Amino acid sequence: MPARIFDAHVRQRQPRVAVIDLEGEINAFAEATLSAAYAEAELHQPKAVLLNFSQVDYINSTGIALIVTLLAKARKAHINLLTCGLSEHYVEIFNITRLADFMSVYPDEATALSAPAAEAEA
Amino acid sequence: MAQLLEVIRRRMPRMRAQTAQVDKPTSRRVPPQPTPVDIAPDDPLVAYFLDTPGAVELDRLKLDSPALRELKAAGVAIAVPLVSQGELVGVLNLGPRMSQQDYSSDDRGLLNTLASQAAPAVRVAQLVRQQQIETRERERIEQELRVARLIQQTLLPKELPEMPGWSLAAYYQPARAVGGDFYDFLPFSDGRLGIVIGDVTDKGVPAALVMATTRSILRTAAQEGQAAPGDVLARANDLLFPDIPPRMFVTCLYGILNPHTGTLVYANAGHDLPHQRQEGGAVELRATGMPLGLMPGMSYEERETILAPGDSVLFYSDGLVEAHNPASEMFGFPRLMTLMSDWTDTTPLIERMLNELASFTGAGWEQEDDVTLVALQREKLACAPVSLPDEEASDDGWQSLTAFQTPSAPGAEREVIAKVETALEPLNLPHKRIEQLKTAVAEATMNAMEHGSHYEPDRPVDIVVRANPAAVSIRIRDTGGDQEIPEAHTPDIEAKLAELQTPRGWGLFLIKSLVDDMRVTSDGVYHTVELIINREGEHHASQNL
Repeated sequence: MPARIFDAHVRQRQPRVAVIDLEGEINAFAEATLSAAYAEAELHQPKAVLLNFSQVDYINSTGIALIVTLLAKARKAHINLLTCGLSEHYVEIFNITRLADFMSVYPDEATALSAPAAEAEA
Repeated sequence: MAQLLEVIRRRMPRMRAQTAQVDKPTSRRVPPQPTPVDIAPDDPLVAYFLDTPGAVELDRLKLDSPALRELKAAGVAIAVPLVSQGELVGVLNLGPRMSQQDYSSDDRGLLNTLASQAAPAVRVAQLVRQQQIETRERERIEQELRVARLIQQTLLPKELPEMPGWSLAAYYQPARAVGGDFYDFLPFSDGRLGIVIGDVTDKGVPAALVMATTRSILRTAAQEGQAAPGDVLARANDLLFPDIPPRMFVTCLYGILNPHTGTLVYANAGHDLPHQRQEGGAVELRATGMPLGLMPGMSYEERETILAPGDSVLFYSDGLVEAHNPASEMFGFPRLMTLMSDWTDTTPLIERMLNELASFTGAGWEQEDDVTLVALQREKLACAPVSLPDEEASDDGWQSLTAFQTPSAPGAEREVIAKVETALEPLNLPHKRIEQLKTAVAEATMNAMEHGSHYEPDRPVDIVVRANPAAVSIRIRDTGGDQEIPEAHTPDIEAKLAELQTPRGWGLFLIKSLVDDMRVTSDGVYHTVELIINREGEHHASQNL
């Protein structure tokens, strides 16, 4: 099973919330695309960025490191980083790594956008 | 009879009649020296000559004609047009008769007869001369093309570099006019490979010389791979700019491939974007930068991509995408993208592109520009079955489910976890346990390939999957047994978020968190990680961390 192409697209869902739709595998191959997508999301000066993992089927430890990097950037810029669409397994991974302590994990986009973490900041 | 002076050449922008200084009666007879007289194509004298065949006494002619004035000033008394097939091909100009008498009607008749016979002969002579000039010009151009081809072919790589786990192919077909395409490979001593593809505007010898210069500059600027691609192009641009002929420039892409990791770092000076074929589609490898030689002090964006096993990159010149079919349609980038996306490696990539180009342009296509293709492919990984040592099958009731080897390459862990998942299917383990095990196996395999085998293709990693009624065991073995085994520490996420620690370092921690037991052994040659999960109940490892 060779690596799938990773892709990421940025959407504006609320005036100051950007959604990044992630697709494919988050591993070393995803670094440039993920970083570029986050930079694009930051251009809109959002208060919150929602990472949508619903089309992601594999995250390895390098992928975790990429998410840690994004989280560090977001915290520096006082941007609230949120997640949605993680599978049950990757919710467990986010709990084990304590990423979930620093970024709210929601089951889907609608729930995430209506949650206080997005609304209050937006 | 007066002296016949000269004929004029046909098809000259201005007709040039030559006449002679007419001897004065008292002077010694000296051969007359022709004095050229230009007759402009729109001079009224030309129309007069065509309308009035036969010898013309110029003194009697009343025309507002610069040529007529000039002929008279040169002492021409009588002019006889040479007309062939309705075209004025020359004029016989004669001075006064030596006897100082007027030209008689017999003289004029004789001159007219002479003109009617001379005109076709002059015409034939003119055609022969024209053909000789054209032949010499053709030979000169052919010679120039031979020189240009020679320069190009001398400087293109004679051999393709060989890299285990990779294949390289190149194709170069010059157009008749020979453009300035070039490609180059720069093998560096640390195993990395520099890849260059470029195109010089213009054609022929000037383009070939600029190509040769650019190639040398790039080779020097590359500094044995020490310089980053963006810096190499910036340096090449500054060196090329002062000396490149006006209206010429060079598009060029330079990349450095690390064959161990599959990383390709590249910068682009206005060249056509390479296409990367990946699982599920193709992408353009974008990086911005001005062509070389246009403006000094340019900077070049540097980008990076990773070629996973099975991925390919096609570098090409505009001779491919700008080829036209008989309906004047262009081959174009969308067609190339579709071909790259749909390509399967049953046919080599370059062969596939050339087949498509041939069927698009049709038979009898006259190639408009050089066509250059360079294909880089990372070979697919194939997990190979391995035979088990005897004890593996009978050790404490363990039953072997599968045993195989994987080459060491980034991304190879995906193939491994797919095979492990297939092997575990008969055990009907809970989905959650399967997912945990897959992540643990992926991380352990990545560690083995990276730290044990250093991603060297000839140092594969062995995987053995076994089960007994109580547990599942997966052994992952690499050849890094002589290396120290790192301890699994709980990563400090606060320190990582504060950028006090590297964001990496999650692998061992994840493995220990997701399996019930992890046993690490090393015998000086092999390093083995054994992952154990219990077939019943929840695993307990993560609670202990």
